[in-house]
Amino acid sequence: MTKTVNNKAWFFVLPVFAIVAFSAVLPLMTVVNYSVQDTFGNNQFFWNGIGWFQELLDPSSQLGERFFDSLWRTLLFSAIILLIEVPLGIAVALAMPREGWTVALCLVLMALPLLIPWNVVGTIWQVFARGDIGLLGWIVNHLGIDYNYTGDPLDAWITIVVMDVWHWTSLIALLCYAGLKSIPDAYYQAARIDGASRWAVFRIIQLPKMRRVLLIAVLLRFMDSFMIYTEPFVLTGGGPGNATTFLSIDLVKLALGQFDLGKAAAMSLVYNLIILAICWVFYTVMTNVDAQRERIEA
Amino acid sequence: MTGTVAVGSSDVKSIAQPVAANRALSGPRVNGRVVVMTLYLLFLMLPIYWLVNMSLKTNTEITSGLTLWPQEITFDNYIRIFTDESWYSGYINSLTYVLINTVLSIAFALPAAYAFSRYRFLGDKHLFFWLLTNRMAPPAVFALPFFNLYSAIGLFDTPWAVALAHCLFNVPLAVWILEGFMSGVPREIDETAAIDGYSFPRFFVKIFMPLIASGVGVAAFFCFMFSWVELLLARTLTSVNAKPIAATMTRTVSAAGMDWGLLAAAGVLTIVPGALVIWFVRNYIAKGFALGRV
Repeated sequence: MTKTVNNKAWFFVLPVFAIVAFSAVLPLMTVVNYSVQDTFGNNQFFWNGIGWFQELLDPSSQLGERFFDSLWRTLLFSAIILLIEVPLGIAVALAMPREGWTVALCLVLMALPLLIPWNVVGTIWQVFARGDIGLLGWIVNHLGIDYNYTGDPLDAWITIVVMDVWHWTSLIALLCYAGLKSIPDAYYQAARIDGASRWAVFRIIQLPKMRRVLLIAVLLRFMDSFMIYTEPFVLTGGGPGNATTFLSIDLVKLALGQFDLGKAAAMSLVYNLIILAICWVFYTVMTNVDAQRERIEA
Repeated sequence: MTGTVAVGSSDVKSIAQPVAANRALSGPRVNGRVVVMTLYLLFLMLPIYWLVNMSLKTNTEITSGLTLWPQEITFDNYIRIFTDESWYSGYINSLTYVLINTVLSIAFALPAAYAFSRYRFLGDKHLFFWLLTNRMAPPAVFALPFFNLYSAIGLFDTPWAVALAHCLFNVPLAVWILEGFMSGVPREIDETAAIDGYSFPRFFVKIFMPLIASGVGVAAFFCFMFSWVELLLARTLTSVNAKPIAATMTRTVSAAGMDWGLLAAAGVLTIVPGALVIWFVRNYIAKGFALGRV
């Protein structure tokens, strides 16, 4: 569909522009303001220039060390869950029934974890993984494996990863399923006539058709895992020690726990810039894929 | 594209027989798929079952040993939530800001989505990208500035503060979803209505809105959902009067220890709104989560 050029359309967009500017730009300006100042309480602020940023990005300082530790922890977490959730999501999407009432049943059951409030997700796993009253913890302990997610860093990590896989794999599966559904049956029939193997069908027909949705799925999962807060906060509170203190948890501790406004603001800005950069890369790739597809279809 | 699909579906009918026979013959593969699906659904349902199971038990039963189902079903935990004001007011508070947010998001997003789906204008691509970045912005970054902002304008601890704060990610979401649905409505309808003498507002309400009604429903559902599941901003922006249910749930820790049954019952009740409407949006779940880009 060709669109007409009409700059009066801005009047339609203006309300959205105003409300999002109010809730995004205004607060960010406050953050910028804090990030270049220091305070000794009493609402007295002093110009501090780029001091906080220097400290934050210098790994040898206390703040810098803390920042880079949580940054690597968060990146590691995102990498692990993507490596598990993407293949698992694809596998589940391929295993979806093709027709009949089971399709709707599977869709509904799969979507259920996505609609649970995030703190309740934390609560569910907090209970489920406990050694005394939780099914999972009880079984694992009775298998003779020493498992305690509140005491052992590795166990805490495993629990959080399993929780995230439980919570979000369905999203990838549902997106891939939407991509698979758009493949005409004629493709499969042609493949069958050519005697293509199951693997060849996947590589040559299914995977290319899923490329676009997979890109969106990876973008969403990366972003959401990179800013994960509520679930691990409820489950482990960032512990044991600092083992599961991800960037968001650390930032909230710094800002609302210690009221270290300058440091927290500098960290917020760097955090936001990282997200913005990654977002831009994904958006560029996504629009390129879209343009490519339109060219092929035209 | 539509051509290929049409050919494909007519082909299916003509050779449906052999395909079905093939499937029946390759038995083991079909079973493999069923096994994967069953195991996955089991993995998803077990933790939820455990929560429901616990909510129907007494605390003595929960702490005295592991039982796979409640030995004596009790609804005491639910009754306590529905009769204790400090509990049920949490649900009312949550529902209030979620509903305000949904209405605001849709009202703001409708004209913008129309503009994006029908016109090109100065900076449209950049604006679209900017909206996307707000969906991706970490709430943790906004917690403190929001706290300051809404305290300064006197909205702190009201449902309005949370509702406006959640617009940060829900308005872009609504714009993206609605734009997807609106682009599916042919332009010719707009033009015909204009020729027939409909003014724009009348056209929009009388003709256009009914055509995208399902899109509005889907967008509203996702605004509702994302506002309902968010806790960090909701908790930061409220203290007593507008405290959301999610924050109330932390109260179950007391001097006497943890009230597990009550916690589980409160958790189950937060799942209910999603579970109730999920059936109606089942075919749009992927679309909603992917900002309408599927």
